[in-house]
Amino acid sequence: MDCKSSDRHTGPSREDTLPASVTAAVKIVVVGGFGVGKTTMVGSVSEIRPLTTEETMTQAGVGVDDTAGVERKTSTTVAMDFGRISINDQLVLYLFGTPGQERFWFLWNGLFQGALGAVVLVDTRRLEVSFDVIGRLEERGVPFVVAVNTFPGAPVHSMEELRAALDLPESVPMLDCDARKRTSSRDVLMTLMRYLYSLAVTPEPK
Amino acid sequence: MSGPEDKSEGEQPERLYIITGGRSDASEQAPLDLVSLIVSRSAPQPDMLPEHSAIVRMCQYPLSLAEISAYLALPVSVVKVLLADLLGDGRVEARAPVTPASLPDVELLEAVMHGLQKL
Repeated sequence: MDCKSSDRHTGPSREDTLPASVTAAVKIVVVGGFGVGKTTMVGSVSEIRPLTTEETMTQAGVGVDDTAGVERKTSTTVAMDFGRISINDQLVLYLFGTPGQERFWFLWNGLFQGALGAVVLVDTRRLEVSFDVIGRLEERGVPFVVAVNTFPGAPVHSMEELRAALDLPESVPMLDCDARKRTSSRDVLMTLMRYLYSLAVTPEPK
Repeated sequence: MSGPEDKSEGEQPERLYIITGGRSDASEQAPLDLVSLIVSRSAPQPDMLPEHSAIVRMCQYPLSLAEISAYLALPVSVVKVLLADLLGDGRVEARAPVTPASLPDVELLEAVMHGLQKL
């Protein structure tokens, strides 16, 4: 069956089409290590089946990593899963899951530009990825909350212990979640939104 | 039996080169974001590149750049170049994403919270 080229270019199915009245979009980024449940979280709240987009890092790309004139034709392709939530007739929210490891940070420029904020999804079995992510977000001034995805068999830490381990300021909200559950993932997003709201109404003195 | 799946090569580079005309940077023409919403302003024309007409066809209703990239299975950077062409020719229009300068405004945040509560 030859459906290769015809299928690929068809676009959204009828039920995945946005109404013509939508005029604006905002985005939130879910960031964490591999297997931490980013795509699960995106999928549990998305109104569309999560889609995958990719970005290619080429030598012509952002000059973040000057590899001293090494003319190589290598290009790294990184996939990002994302989902969508219609907020109202005019506004739509996109949720992007992105890997937290340093080698994927080249993706972050376009991703965090204009983003409302971020959810750092933490697996207590692999905290080290979260350290780097949190440091990097703080550097960039991206507001974020920390959500601890509960895995069966993962070591149980109190929030205080985790906060100390992650060297997280008191002001940054932290919560447990089950990324598979829509309500739980929604609560994570709501926590981020409330945090952003508090930042917006009481701006930090500069 | 096939060997281990190797998807690392991705799209054929030659094809990507051809449809972008060798350009890699569209940022000067149109500062497009992953969530810029694209809407067609005309029907696809027979003389268009297949990728151009595919975009025009799927954007009858608003669609984000990220979704276009996903449906076309093309990297975001390539889609940006394709969209810059279409924007330049007036075939599509872009609805700018809400990009808060520093902190988003309270009304926007309230709207998002209200929308999430309905989930």
